[in-house]
This record gives sequence, C-alpha cells and structure tokens, in this order.
Amino acid sequence: MLALLVRRVIGLVLTLLAAAVVVFVVMEVLPGDPAAVMLGVQATPETLAALRTELGLDRPAPVRFATWIIDLLQGDLGISYTYRVPVAGLIAERLTITVPLALLSIALSTAIALPLGILAAARHDRPADAGIMVFSQIGVAVPNFWFALLLVLLFSVTLGWLPSGGFPGWQAGIGAAFAALALPAISLALPQAAILARVTRSAVLDALGEDYVRTARAKGLTRAATLRRHVLRNALIPVVTIMGLQFSFLLAGAIIIENVFYLPGLGRLVFQAIAQRDLIVVRDIVLLLAAMVIFINFAVDVLYTLIDPRLRGQRT
Amino acid sequence: MKFPRAAAIMQRPALAAGATITLLLAMVALVSLVWTPYPYTDMNIAMRLQPPSARHWLGTDQFGRDILSMLMAGSRNSFAVGFVAVGIGLGIGVALGTTAAVRGGIVDDVVMRLADFTFAFPAVLSAIMITAWLGPGAVNAIIAIGIFNIPVFARLSRGSALQVLSRDFILAARAAGKGMARITVEHVLPNIAGILVVQATIQFALAILAEAGLAYLGLGTQPPNPSWGRMLNEAQTFMHRSPWLAIFPGAAIALAVLGFNLLGDGLRDLIDPKLRRARS
Repeated sequence: MLALLVRRVIGLVLTLLAAAVVVFVVMEVLPGDPAAVMLGVQATPETLAALRTELGLDRPAPVRFATWIIDLLQGDLGISYTYRVPVAGLIAERLTITVPLALLSIALSTAIALPLGILAAARHDRPADAGIMVFSQIGVAVPNFWFALLLVLLFSVTLGWLPSGGFPGWQAGIGAAFAALALPAISLALPQAAILARVTRSAVLDALGEDYVRTARAKGLTRAATLRRHVLRNALIPVVTIMGLQFSFLLAGAIIIENVFYLPGLGRLVFQAIAQRDLIVVRDIVLLLAAMVIFINFAVDVLYTLIDPRLRGQRT
Repeated sequence: MKFPRAAAIMQRPALAAGATITLLLAMVALVSLVWTPYPYTDMNIAMRLQPPSARHWLGTDQFGRDILSMLMAGSRNSFAVGFVAVGIGLGIGVALGTTAAVRGGIVDDVVMRLADFTFAFPAVLSAIMITAWLGPGAVNAIIAIGIFNIPVFARLSRGSALQVLSRDFILAARAAGKGMARITVEHVLPNIAGILVVQATIQFALAILAEAGLAYLGLGTQPPNPSWGRMLNEAQTFMHRSPWLAIFPGAAIALAVLGFNLLGDGLRDLIDPKLRRARS
C-alpha cells in the first residue's frame, strides 16, 4: 500500500511539473510580446521596456520558468498587473466564494443523484426508472447558464425569494451569503446530478447482476439488505470516478455561472483577467485549476484502493 | 460496420425521437439558408420587445428583430460548429489513436500520456484562453472546441483499434502480406467506424453546448451572425421585461443537445447489442 502511494505521489509531482511546463510554454508561444499584449496598442516604447523588465521578459525563458516555479513554491504568485496587488491574495479572496460554491454543488448533485440512481436501478424497467432516465436526459441537455437564467426568472423576478446576482460577502452573515450562492449552486448541480444519476443507475444494475448478489439472496437476505450490504459498496467505484471527473466540469462551469450571477469568484476573476490581458493572473489561475483537477484525480485513485481492496494487488 | 435499418430505428422510441429531432433541426438549418420569416438582421425599433404573436411567432428582441428568424439562422451556426469541431477531433484524434495502437511502444505511451494530460485542463477554461488570445469569433471557437475533441477520439480509437488488432483476421491479413498501413485502412477503420460515429454524435452535442457557452461569454460567433448562446447573453438584460427572450434560445440549445444525445445513445445500443443487454 505504501509503495503504491509513493509511486502515485511521484506521478502526481511529475504531472504537476508537466502542467506548469505546458502553461508556461503556451504563454511563450502565443503570438505577440506579452508586454505589448498587456499594454495594448497605445503603449509607448518606454512603458513597454519598463513592463518587460518588470515581467522579467528580458531574461532567457528557462531562467524565467525556474524563477516562476521557485516563487510559486514559496507562495509568491507575483503581482497582478491590473489590480496591483499580490496574485496570491487575490486568488485566496476569490476562493472564499468559488470553493463553497463548488462544495455546495457537489453536495447538492450527490444528494439528488445517488438516491435517484439507486431508485431507478431498484425499480428497473418500471415507470420510476423511465421517469428518472427522462430527467437525466433533459438534465444533461439543458445548458447550465440557461437553467440559471430560468431560476432567476422564477425565484428572483417572479417570486422574489432569492437574489438574482452579486455576493454580499461572508461578513453579511451566513444566511445572506448562502442565499446568494443558492441559485448558482443549483444551476451547477443539475447537469452533474443528471450524469451522476445515470452512472449510479448503471453501476448498481451491473452489481445487481453479479454472482455474489445471487448468493446473498439465496442465503435469505432481503432485496433491500443485499442492496445495502453488497451492491452499493461495489457500485461506488464508477460513481467516485465520475465524481472526480465532474470536478473539472464544475470548475469550468463555474466560469460561466459566476458570470451569469456576477459572483466575484475565481471563474469571474480569470475571465476578467483574460479580458484585461492580465497574463500573470491568467497563468497562475490556469495552473491552479489544472493542479486542482490533477489533485482530485489523484485523490480518486487513492480512494479507489480504499473502497476496493482488490485493486491494491493489481496496481502494486 | 452495419448501419441500422429504418425499421430497427422506429422500434426504439428514444432513438426515433433523437433521429427525428436531429433531422428536423437539420432541415430548419437548411431552410434558413433560403428562407426565414423575416431577414434575421432586419431591425425595427417600433416593433422592439414584442411578445409572441401571430406576426412574430416567438416575439422580437430589443432591436425589433424576429426571434424565430434568428433562431433558424442560429441553427446553421450550431451545426457548422458541431461538424467542424467534431471533424477536427475525429480527423486528428483517430489518426493519433490508430497510430498509437498499431505502433505501440513509445509512440503509444507519448500519445496516451498527452491525451490524459489534456483532460487535466478544464476544456471551457482552455477554450476561453484560446479564443481570448486568437480573438473572439466563430472560427477560433471552433478550433478551441475541436482541439479538446482530439484526446477523446484518440483514446477511443486506440482502445477499439487494439481490440480489432487482436482478432484472427488481422493475423490472416498480415500472413497475406499486407502492410500495417493497409491493414489499418482496410480492416481496422471499417471495424471501429460504428463506435466512432456514436461518439461523434455525442461530441456534436457537447460542441453545440460549448459553443453556446463561449458565445454567451461573448467569445463565440460575432454579430450580425446569430448564435443561440449570444442571444441568451443579450436576453439577460431584458428578461425581466421580456422573459421569452431568454426562454426560446435556451430551449433551442437544449432541444438540439437532447436530439444528438438521444441519437448517440440509441445508435450505441443498436450497434452494440452486448452493451444493450448489460444496460437493460
């Protein structure tokens, strides 16, 4: 188990390093001088030269890469060109919105999808199953930003129950903050729940067809007890995989949803940074998001082995 | 690969629904090339923000443009994005995937690690970056979406090609003196075509969704060409007064995605009966 973990951690570090190289190279090969891109067409040669020195563009690429990585490891993400504040602080501030939003969405989608998926499998080929599958097909097809607009129309414009956008800040109280995050979280959770419900259903159906289920039933266990004791644990593996994969969709979805609701989170920050050509912020956030996805995949891999002891032998 | 007969399609309601929706939308896109109720660029400020009526079936927008005409013209855009983005992914991805399967060794390792790696970058984020640098527009959005289809097809075609390559008829073909390139074209590709068509249908739906998302952010198709995603963006300002502006374009996107997804799922069940048994 320990050897497997060590191998996984080495793989994780190498993947993170490769991600950093890719992000750096993409910034290098993009057409145009980054300083000129950031300053726009009205830049004078003097301001251009000053910014090039500030960004370290007058040094060779490998030196800049090494400096960037060393600074990153020390928690120094550089200074945002637009906001003139340290990028680390900027990102930390925005994460106080994006992380709760993502967690809320995952919690919501899991709370909706698992019971629905299990119910559909347990009521296989009956109306409840068909109904849940129709919900799933529609949930996957509906763009989350359109669903967000419909939620605003219903809960903000018509009923006036929840705010249509903006974020009052956590200092305004947990209630007000969660009220602002409720509609964005529901919009992000719907497509994820639709996919997760399908995966849960087919994983439970697969497990139900296994020999050990027949044995358990032959031993006299009730259908519900078999489902609880034998089926769910085995069905969890594909479900956890998809939940891990969904995290990257969630981060990407947050970029659009935070724009719909004018939430000052990480997604809106990266979108604005791209629009304002704040390359330092863009570079750091892209690497951060990629690193988050890589970490989640790593965690899913480790979780596999915890859920299914059979995999430990196979992978070492 | 055998293509399904019409009768087999009609026996499966989901597949039939998917095929019908897709065909109808394709026809709408084709008809919009020669006819729309009103020219979709025609502005008429006197008729702005009209609710649905006999004259304007789906109402008008803030410039008095006919929503139905814009939706019809927008369907062209969605189809074009789907075709080209999936075409890029299919063309490059299948070439890489089959090469990896046939050559094996380091070529296989490099291609697959690259494919795995691409998944670490959230596609929408990378698409936003690409369009932000290359400039917003339909072509750049298509390229950005197409790039992220490449690893999907590379992995799928590698896996499927490896299965085909282990079959006896490949050994027979090699014994008959055929080279690997010829075997790939004559034996591997025809045998994996079915699963590729299914995946292409599903990626088509995802491409429509992705383009709508980029257009909503202002990075996709630019005015005056209509796009469903941008119509939603413009609707947001006026939807308190005129909710239909936000309802119809979103419904069009959802319908198109639903149609292609149903078609893809249905075709997969039809082509691979083993999978159908496992799922039912």
